[in-house]
Amino acid sequence: MKTHSEAAEIFNKDFDRTTWHDETLYFVRQKRDKAAFQIKDWELLRETASSIKNNVLSNMHDYLLQFEENAIKNGIKIHWAADAKEHNEIVYGIISEYYKGEIPVDTFKGMVKSKSMLTEECHMNEFLAEKGIEVIDTDLGERIVQLAEEPPSHIVMPCIHWKKEEIGELFHKHLGTEKGNKDPQYLTEAARQHLRDKFLTRPIALTGVNFAVAETGEFVVCTNEGNADMGAHLADIHIASMGFEKIIPQKKHLGVFLRLLARSATGQPITTYSSHFKKPREGQQMHIVIVDNGRSTQLGREDFRNSLKCIRCAACFNTCPVYRRSGGHSYHNAVAGPIGSILAPNLDMRANADLPFASTLCGSCSNVCPVKIDIHQQLYKWRQVLVQEGYAPASKTLAMKGMSTVLSNPGIFKFSGKVGRMLMDKLPFLVNNNMNPWYKQREMPEPPEESFRDWYKKNRKK
Amino acid sequence: MSSRNEILSKIKQNQPDLLPLPDLSVLGTEQYDLVQKFTEILEGIGGKVLQVSNFEEIKKYIISNYPINARVISTLPEFSENKDWQIADPHKLKDADFLIIKGQFAVAENGAIWLTELEMGQRVAPFITQYLAIIIEKSAILPTMHQAYEQIGMSDYGFGVFLAGPSKTADIEQSLVLGAHGARGLVVFLV
Amino acid sequence: MKVALFIPCYIDQFYPKVGIATLQLLEKLGCEVVFPQNQTCCGQPMANSGYEHITGDCTKLFQDNFDDYDFVVSPSGSCTLHVKEHIPLKGKIYELIEFITDILKVESLEGEFKHKVGLHQSCHGQRGLKLSQMSELNAPFFSKPEQLLKNLKGLELVTLDRKDECCGFGGTFCVAEEAVSVRMGQDRLADHLKNGTEVLTGGDTSCLMHMEGIIRREKHSIKVMHIAEILNQAI
Repeated sequence: MKTHSEAAEIFNKDFDRTTWHDETLYFVRQKRDKAAFQIKDWELLRETASSIKNNVLSNMHDYLLQFEENAIKNGIKIHWAADAKEHNEIVYGIISEYYKGEIPVDTFKGMVKSKSMLTEECHMNEFLAEKGIEVIDTDLGERIVQLAEEPPSHIVMPCIHWKKEEIGELFHKHLGTEKGNKDPQYLTEAARQHLRDKFLTRPIALTGVNFAVAETGEFVVCTNEGNADMGAHLADIHIASMGFEKIIPQKKHLGVFLRLLARSATGQPITTYSSHFKKPREGQQMHIVIVDNGRSTQLGREDFRNSLKCIRCAACFNTCPVYRRSGGHSYHNAVAGPIGSILAPNLDMRANADLPFASTLCGSCSNVCPVKIDIHQQLYKWRQVLVQEGYAPASKTLAMKGMSTVLSNPGIFKFSGKVGRMLMDKLPFLVNNNMNPWYKQREMPEPPEESFRDWYKKNRKK
Repeated sequence: MSSRNEILSKIKQNQPDLLPLPDLSVLGTEQYDLVQKFTEILEGIGGKVLQVSNFEEIKKYIISNYPINARVISTLPEFSENKDWQIADPHKLKDADFLIIKGQFAVAENGAIWLTELEMGQRVAPFITQYLAIIIEKSAILPTMHQAYEQIGMSDYGFGVFLAGPSKTADIEQSLVLGAHGARGLVVFLV
Repeated sequence: MKVALFIPCYIDQFYPKVGIATLQLLEKLGCEVVFPQNQTCCGQPMANSGYEHITGDCTKLFQDNFDDYDFVVSPSGSCTLHVKEHIPLKGKIYELIEFITDILKVESLEGEFKHKVGLHQSCHGQRGLKLSQMSELNAPFFSKPEQLLKNLKGLELVTLDRKDECCGFGGTFCVAEEAVSVRMGQDRLADHLKNGTEVLTGGDTSCLMHMEGIIRREKHSIKVMHIAEILNQAI
């Protein structure tokens, strides 16, 4: 697996495409600004949402119990999964049980799924595929990356890295659209027809969960396309997968989050559909799988627990100057971008040790976050943890220790500064080569005649 | 069941000390010309808003804008006496062209309309139909989502939705296309 | 007013002119300025790389040098922020611009600087020290650096397409993530070039060093000056 910086270097080889990717996402950031600035109480709304989520984290146990009790009363079946594997097994078990252990392989058509980053995190599609159950992603962007056999590169706009010409080509190959047609209207219509057939023939629908209300036992799913509803209202079984942190205390709190979510995500005043599922349709089964998968561990990390406040709007992606110029796949995690970089190390420190360093700590992410997660502060703190847990390269540790020695000894510092400047002045080839990443595309600073302290001694010191 | 208790006990052990819930009463103080704001916002997200004075005007509009042979379904007796579709297999609605229903209330700040399955006839109906028309009373437009949830209160439903405009996607290069999976068009009649 | 000058290590070694301008500017504004001789670095390069735990000696040295002063001033938003957040001092540290506007209470400066100036908002100065309003927030506009620049005769402040995007320096990020770092710098410069910047300025020499490295490699005609140099030259 490539590290973020290795993948980003490859991404940046195509200059124009990087420009396009950056500008497309910055445009979304601007739409977010415009929508946010139309709400006079925007900052108060963020503060309120943050406080609600802080309360949720502090009362998680009781809210989950309350949610479970109410959902069961509503006729929903609740399952608990400690990790990704258990989640996938539960989903398989629900299907298997519905068919009394004998899934009719010949006639069974599988599952339609609307966007659920959690199932990406759990690699559920692959798991079910191995069991012979086909999962069709029904969000247009997700269907595109699924046909291309890629993971999504963005949690709200899964194929933001794809150009329409390429999508035209992909649809020509898989859906039989006319060759060379890249018109978004035409391609979307083709996907509509293709997926309508799936909605009408799949007996199982899986959706994510945006919010689960403890007070009432209902859950809310937000989409623009209507794919969650097309799936859920036609299927015999509706399975909803949720990380336990999706819980909110009361229904009235939805007012706060629904005002923030779409405006932060895409600049829309609200998503087209904010669907409140409370009871199964007559004759239908409704299941909720509540997943931990490391979240309870994160809840116990004081410095990092508030990453669990995230409502997955991806505003931090769109504003992040590094994300925009490196693409979602360079983060090698289901959730990319700044928020992904503080969530991923909790799942696997070794595999994700590079991610908290894929940031300049500019802080824009924390400023756009609708629930006020201190994302850039957590990036800084993860760096400390990762180094102390031994996930930094030895060469880097050596260099840092050397630097620390020089910088904490004024005598050595004064001497090495002079030597450094002299080296660059007299022997520029020593540093001006491609072994020095600074010099690849940038000139070194021109070494001055004397340091400030030397000047000061001559000119000011009595 | 073992995972349940394990997860819950770990959460109990790891959650921080209790923090209070914030006061929501300070939010939602926006003052709008409700009809104007709702119209402006809904049209901005692809919906169409028409002010009408009676059902006859609505009927006239539908006849002149949609083909004669379209399959029109409605929960309102003024538009269709047939109620069979409401208890039929939802898959049978796949060829519904036009659904006309009444919304409970609407929200000015975001153009959303609150519907529960009672108004929908069938849960899938407002999604699977090609085109959707919703009738809203002008007096039932609320300023923000805070008033909206106050209005909903603890009323019971199996399924409810805030619906704002036609189905849409911008997944292909951020180009807005209406009619992704749900209704291709939404017209709201304000009475 | 007596102030102790903290000149970050790379300014001392590579950009002494920024230190000199800072000192002269503060003197012109009526301060008595001293430079504690044994200062080196605040430790930020290590801390931002995940090595905060080995910065103890740096911190101690910093305190030894500066604990005798009520006011410590530095021409670097980034280093100032690090000291504020990580090094307890008996006095208080200020970034140069905020010291002039908030402590010396200078409303505006009289002088002349006949150039089109593009202001780079360094992230740590802006979002960290809140030297100016941040584009992400729905909050009233203010800008401490603009407050000092805008009344200079002949100075025209350039309006950028993206007024506060990061330049991509980011400490060790600039070498660890070289490709993205350079691309971010190039994009910042493209914005300045498009909008007519003649002199690129800012409160952080690190950001300026990074962008100057690209300017010189790509042979752009933009001149780079720290804001202290402009103010010191103008008044």
